[in-house]
Amino acid sequence: MSMPASPLLHRTPLYDLHVSLGAKMVPFAGYEMPVQYPAGIIREHLHTREHAGLFDVSHMGQAFLEGADADAALERLTPADIAGLKDGQMRYALLLNDTGGIKDDFMTARLPGESALYLVVNAGTKDADFAYITESLRGIADLAPQPGRALLAVQGTKAESVLSQHAPGVADLGFMRAGRFTVAGAPAIVSRSGYTGEDGFEISIAATDAEWVARALLAEPDVMPIGLGARDSLRLEAGLCLYGHDIDEGTSPISAGLAWVIGKRRKLARDFPAAEKIMAELFAGTNRKRVGLKLSDKAPAREGAEIVDAAGAIIGRVTSGGYSPSLGQPIAMGYIATEFSGDGTEVAITVRGVPRQAVVAPMPFVPHRYKRKSGE
Amino acid sequence: MEERFSKSHEWVHLDGDVATVGITKYAADQLGDFVFVELPQAGKTLKEGAEAAVVESVKAASEIYAPLSGEVSESNAALSSDPAKVNVDPEGEAWFFKLKVSDRSALQNLMTRDQYTEYVKGL
Repeated sequence: MSMPASPLLHRTPLYDLHVSLGAKMVPFAGYEMPVQYPAGIIREHLHTREHAGLFDVSHMGQAFLEGADADAALERLTPADIAGLKDGQMRYALLLNDTGGIKDDFMTARLPGESALYLVVNAGTKDADFAYITESLRGIADLAPQPGRALLAVQGTKAESVLSQHAPGVADLGFMRAGRFTVAGAPAIVSRSGYTGEDGFEISIAATDAEWVARALLAEPDVMPIGLGARDSLRLEAGLCLYGHDIDEGTSPISAGLAWVIGKRRKLARDFPAAEKIMAELFAGTNRKRVGLKLSDKAPAREGAEIVDAAGAIIGRVTSGGYSPSLGQPIAMGYIATEFSGDGTEVAITVRGVPRQAVVAPMPFVPHRYKRKSGE
Repeated sequence: MEERFSKSHEWVHLDGDVATVGITKYAADQLGDFVFVELPQAGKTLKEGAEAAVVESVKAASEIYAPLSGEVSESNAALSSDPAKVNVDPEGEAWFFKLKVSDRSALQNLMTRDQYTEYVKGL
């Protein structure tokens, strides 16, 4: 018997709903996912910024890390301050390898009154992450992956008003806070977070509740279903890293501009993977840096495009690039030699052999609109 | 005027020895929102199957190939200022370029509309 030519793709619990909404389904991280719906990427993108969008992110990996020493255990693998997480607090963190390269970026939260840590990792890396965490923390903490949970995101200006209709109390959550709520009748873990730069929520529910909850939210006139295409353009405008593109095992957190992820206590204790190397980079600087780039004309620069100086010498490379629907112009992020990394530096990006004018620009490209509560 | 289609989703309208070339509605729908087009200069000689133009959607860049050999006589400058025209009327107003073809008979190697419709069904 011969093996199938292409690996079987997984489907999320919302697959049938996506198809019924007219989504164009594409393979992504081993899943068949909606890249766009009939409205198209630009309209989906702008609708999220102006109103609210519903995203199926059930392909991402959810897990609980259990054990009396779960905090200390997780700190072996990340430079983030896990022990310092308050009840109901969520944090963006990095999973580092032994040489300080980034194995993944992830979210972790301490749900109010619960001892286990809640983790959300990237879809493409979840199998490797879960194996790595399980193996590295054997005997200290137990990882319990949650393949039976779906994950939805509601993002946008109207996210709070929309979700509050179905989940009383979520308006009281501040940015990067999480807790257990009931959403459209279903028990849920809700965090005020997301990856679009907008205010919004992520909702973890049982896979069996996913379609019902999604339909209830989509019934709100402010809510439009949003595919992976607009998810990518929204996160690029927000200046957020896409794992496997903007950061990977060969990237240092310092050159990626993610030094803020390292907890203050952790910097002093130097007790995270490759701490000496990373702290040396933090003080001495790195020879390249992740920067934002705005192109002067209409040709988008894509991942892999070379960044060149006035003499045509290669000084960097684009790691994410595309068209910004909010700004109406191409934008990109990439790594550039540190001497060229200052905002306003004029460079060129080679697109199909033609150098196109670009300027190093501050990120986010579109201001974040997170809802921080006072005192946080 | 004769109409033909290529496997790479270009349409051709041949009128005398002038071929007007664009992309099919199927291709436009697949690629999504267009944000940029790069068109060939008039006077450029293109061989059948050669890369002739580029169209960029929000997601990705796609090449447009010359379905026939010939010399570019005109490009549709209106697309440069408004690439979204390709989403609106891909098989009409949003033509990409015109070619003065060297061998009219090569048209017969391309698909008729019925053949193209069948071809797309199989994709």
